[in-house]
Amino acid sequence: MALCTECEAEIPLDATTEVGEIIQCPDCGLDLEVLSVQPPELAPAPEEEEDWGE
Amino acid sequence: MKIGILCSLIRKEEKLLFDEFRRRDLDFVRIDDRELILDLHQRQWDFDVILERCINHSRALHSLKYLNDCSVKTVNSYEVASTCGDKLLTSLALIRDRVPTPRVYVAYTPESALQAIERLGYPVVLKPAVGSWGRLLSKVNDRDAAEALLEHKETLGSYHHSTYYIQEYVEKRGRDIRSFVVGDETICAIYRTSPHWITNTARGGIASNCPVTPELNEISVRAAKAVGGGVVAIDIFEMPDGLVVNEVNYTMEFRNSIDTTGVNIPAKVVDYILEVGRR
Repeated sequence: MALCTECEAEIPLDATTEVGEIIQCPDCGLDLEVLSVQPPELAPAPEEEEDWGE
Repeated sequence: MKIGILCSLIRKEEKLLFDEFRRRDLDFVRIDDRELILDLHQRQWDFDVILERCINHSRALHSLKYLNDCSVKTVNSYEVASTCGDKLLTSLALIRDRVPTPRVYVAYTPESALQAIERLGYPVVLKPAVGSWGRLLSKVNDRDAAEALLEHKETLGSYHHSTYYIQEYVEKRGRDIRSFVVGDETICAIYRTSPHWITNTARGGIASNCPVTPELNEISVRAAKAVGGGVVAIDIFEMPDGLVVNEVNYTMEFRNSIDTTGVNIPAKVVDYILEVGRR
């Protein structure tokens, strides 16, 4: 279980979670980047940059 | 075969691709561009093929150039990323290869851009040459809007806004087409439907299956070849005289198109990566 860095909500990480994945806090809606799965660690997701895209 | 995946943030697409490699028991090395230090004099890279899935165009571009110069095969190549990452270069490639595409004017100053807009005729669409997900697109309906927008771009825009890419506005009747090309084949396509003139699914466009007709396959494959081939997604408008290609995307997103089309897109991409790795 990881904690939201903003509201400290408990967020479950499952076996399919990838390091670098962006997940959304179900309580406050903040986008979070998974820094580590074991131990679980989250950080606020980077802000969108001008050259992001597909 | 040693496979690398160059990426940083993991979108749904990267997860699907990772899953497909694991399902086949294929090992791959994740290369996080945020941790990458490229020694430009070091030319040995022990990979058979690297899949590029960077979210930053600039990182993709520079990394691919370096890797290709080191004789590392990549999907896609630097050439493809360079052309697709710049709408002006994409238009030039399409026009060179006689792939139908909307009219485009390019200008470098607000004054000449205004003249170009008036020559093309309202409405027009102004786009940053580099950008994605429908960001900062402007439909310009009249001279007042054009003057205001050009002043804003000149005052507030970054370097990329100093080249004015002015495209004919195409009435899409609420939808456009995105086709997916892998190698020489259009593997599937979707309609993107929206009441807004911007139909990107990243901006709320709804995906539905679009049958791959011979006409759609032909123009999609020709567009893919014009930009250098590989794994690309083609944005297409339906005009009264036929299909025209709007843009080509080289790090395509496809999360909304697998269930919609019934085609296992990540499997097709992985098949292609293995084929490139074996060449």
